[in-house]
Amino acid sequence: MCQCKCEEPKSNEALELEKVFAKYEGKKGALIPVLQAAQDIYGYLPAEVLKEISARLRIPVSKIYGVVTFYAQFHLNPRGRNIIRVCLGTACHVRGGAKIVEAVTKAVGIKDGETTEDLRYTFESVACLGACGLAPVMMVNDDTHGRLTPDKVAPLLEQYK
Amino acid sequence: MQLYRAHVLVCGGTGCVSSGSKKIQEAIVDELAKQNLDKEIKVVETGCHGFCEMGPIVIVYPEGTFYCQVQVDDIAEIVSEHLVKGRIVQRLLFKAPLTEEQVPSYKDIAFYRKQHRVALRNCGHIDPEHIQEYIARDGYEGLAKALTTMTPQQVIEEMKKSGLRGRGGGGFPTGLKWEFASKSPGPKKYIICNADEGDPGAFMDRSVLEGDPHSVLEGMLIGAYAIGADEGYIYVRAEYPLAIKRLKVAIAQAEELGLLGDNILGTGFSCRLHIKEGAGAFVCGEETALMASIEGSRGMPNPRPPFPAVKGLWEKPSNINNVETYANVPVIFLHGAEKFASMGTENSKGTKVFALTGKLRNTGLAEVPMGISLREIIFDIGGGIMEDKKFKAVQIGGPSGGCIPEEHLDTPVDYDSLIALGAMMGSGGLVVMDETSCMVDVARFFLNFTQKESCGKCTPCREGTKRMLEILQKICDGNGVPEDITTLETLGAVIKNTALCGLGQTAPNPVLATLRYFRHEYEAHINDKKCPAGVCTALLEYKIVAENCKGCGACARVCPVGAITGEKKEPHEIDTSKCIKCGSCIEKCKFNAIVKG
Repeated sequence: MCQCKCEEPKSNEALELEKVFAKYEGKKGALIPVLQAAQDIYGYLPAEVLKEISARLRIPVSKIYGVVTFYAQFHLNPRGRNIIRVCLGTACHVRGGAKIVEAVTKAVGIKDGETTEDLRYTFESVACLGACGLAPVMMVNDDTHGRLTPDKVAPLLEQYK
Repeated sequence: MQLYRAHVLVCGGTGCVSSGSKKIQEAIVDELAKQNLDKEIKVVETGCHGFCEMGPIVIVYPEGTFYCQVQVDDIAEIVSEHLVKGRIVQRLLFKAPLTEEQVPSYKDIAFYRKQHRVALRNCGHIDPEHIQEYIARDGYEGLAKALTTMTPQQVIEEMKKSGLRGRGGGGFPTGLKWEFASKSPGPKKYIICNADEGDPGAFMDRSVLEGDPHSVLEGMLIGAYAIGADEGYIYVRAEYPLAIKRLKVAIAQAEELGLLGDNILGTGFSCRLHIKEGAGAFVCGEETALMASIEGSRGMPNPRPPFPAVKGLWEKPSNINNVETYANVPVIFLHGAEKFASMGTENSKGTKVFALTGKLRNTGLAEVPMGISLREIIFDIGGGIMEDKKFKAVQIGGPSGGCIPEEHLDTPVDYDSLIALGAMMGSGGLVVMDETSCMVDVARFFLNFTQKESCGKCTPCREGTKRMLEILQKICDGNGVPEDITTLETLGAVIKNTALCGLGQTAPNPVLATLRYFRHEYEAHINDKKCPAGVCTALLEYKIVAENCKGCGACARVCPVGAITGEKKEPHEIDTSKCIKCGSCIEKCKFNAIVKG
C-alpha cells in the first residue's frame, strides 16, 4: 500500500462486492447469501474478504469462520476452473461409484478434495446429486453426466479446459 | 389464442437433460421450422416424467405416444412419419421388458399403470415456466376456494379431515401442525418449505420443484392463510440449480398475476415468499437446524421444546413442511378432504412418491397409493432386478431407514408398518439390492454418510457414530471379533435414545436393521472371514476355475502386478500373495473363468 492518504483504486472484484453489501444492507440473515455472492466473485473466500464482510455486517470474524467451515459449499483456498463432483450416494454406490472415483484420480492425477496445480480441476465426491436414475453419475461444473463407466471418464474430462 | 393440432412434450428434468434432451428439443424445433410446421405443432419443455432410465423422453399429443431414448438422428423421422403422416415410429416405442411387446401409449406402460399421481399430477404434463398452464389444470383454484369461502379455522379442520401426514420423513399430521402454529399468539409468523432434500437416493422434491413449482407455492399460501403468516421461505439445496431457477420464475409470475404478494385475489390476505439457498449441510434438513441456517448461523439443531410452532424462525411462531407435503395441499382443497382421505390406509392417507433406484430394471420416480405392497412397487412398477439376479433387500428411508428382506415384501407400505419392520418412510428413497450387495458394506456406507454429516453438537451422535463406523470398518477389513455385534447393538440403542435431533436418533437404524435381518452376513465376516456377496475386498480371494479357462492370456496381460501366470492355451493361475484384488481380470475374462470368494 502506498504511504499517501489517498484511497487505493478498488479492484473489479471489490466493486462487485460493494454491490452485494448494498443489496443486503440491513437485512436479517444476510451472512450466508453474502458469503455465497462473495465466493461467486472471488472463486473462494480469501481471509481479507472475510475481514471485510465482518466489518460491514458487524459480525465477528470468529463467527464467520465458524459458518464458513460448517458448510461444505464454502472454500478458504483457490479452486480449479472446472469442478468435478463424483456422486457416491446410495444408488451410485451400489452401481459402482467408487470405480468412477478411481478413474477420475487416474485421469487427472488428484485425489478427492484436491485441486490440480494448474488450477484446471478440483475434484470432490458428494453424497447425492439427485440423478439416481442414471447412476453412476458425476457433475462437471453444471453439466450432469450419467450412466458412466470408468473408460468414459478420461475423454469426458479432457473436454473441460 | 393460437391453436395447435399437436403438442410435442420434451422432458426437461435433470435426468433427461443429462441424457441430452436439450439437443433433442432444439432439433425438433429446427425440424418443424424446416418443414413449415411450427405454426401447427408446439414444442413444450416439461418437468420430469419419472422414468429417467428411459430418457430422453418425448411424448406426442393428442395420441399420448411415448417415445424413449430418443436421439437427435431420430427427430427427422418422428416429424415426417408421425407428425406429417400420422404413422407411429415403432422402433422408438417402449418395449415391455419380458414380453418385448411394444407399448405405444403412456398409460399402458407397466411403470405408469399402477401409479396414482397426486403430488406429481402436473409433472411432465405442463411447461413449469408458464403459470397459465398450471392455472389451466385447475391451479390456484384450491387457494381461491380457501381464501374466499373458508376461515383459517375451517382450512385447518379440512386439513385434519384429509389425514395428510408430513412427507419429509417424520409423518406428523399436517393439519395438527398447522393448528399448533395458528394457536401461537403473535402478529408475525412464518411459513417455511423444507426443500433441502439431502437423502442420498431421493429426488422427488427436486422433480416437483422442477416440474410443478406452482403447486408448492399454492400449498404454502394455503398454509400461510391458515396459520396467519405473511412471509415465508423456501430453503433449497444449492445443488439443485434448475429447481432454484424455476422457483424464481414461478414466484415472479405469481406476483405479477396477484396470486402472491399484497392483497392476494383482492381478499386482503398478503404473503411474500423468499428463496434461501442452502450451503451444503445434510443436517439442515432437520427443522431447527434449517431455521438456524436461514438466520445465517451454523446449521445446528436446537432441542425441542420449544417447537417451531411456538418459537421458530427469529423466535417467531413458524410452520415448516416439506415440498411433497405442500404439493398435496391444493388437491385437498380442490376435490375435498373426503376424496383425498379415500386413498391410502386407515392411518396413512393419500399417496407417496418413491424414488426407485439401485439394481432395478426401471429406475425413476413412482407415486403410489399408501398401502400398496413393496413387491408391487419393486416387481410390477420397477420391473424386477437387473440381469435377472436374485433380490436380496430393499433399503427404504435413506440413512435414517433400514433394509427390508424378501420375506416382508408383501407388507402394505405405510408409515406405521415400516417402523414396525425397523425401517421408516423417510423421504421415500427405495434402493434395491441384489445378491451382489454386501449388507455389512451397505451399513458401513450409510454410517459413513451420517458420521460425516454429523454437526458435532451432541456427544452421542458425534462420538457414537464414529465408534460404530470404526467397528464396521474393522469387520469389513476382516479384523472383527464376536463381541463387536453386541457392542454395535448397545451403542446403537444408546445413540437412538440420547441424540439431540432426528439425524442422530435415526443414524444407527441401517446397522440395527441389517443386524436384525442379515446377522448371518456379519457372522460370516467375523467368524469365517468371508464376505458372502463378494464385496469386501480384504476378505476376497480370486481364483481361476481351470475347466473354464481357455488360456487366452487376457487376464495376465491386464493384471497390474503380474500375479497371473500360465502357458498359452493352458489354464492360468493367480498368485494370491501378489494379487491386489483390483478386479481387472474378472472384467477382461470372456469365459467366466475367474471367481472371487
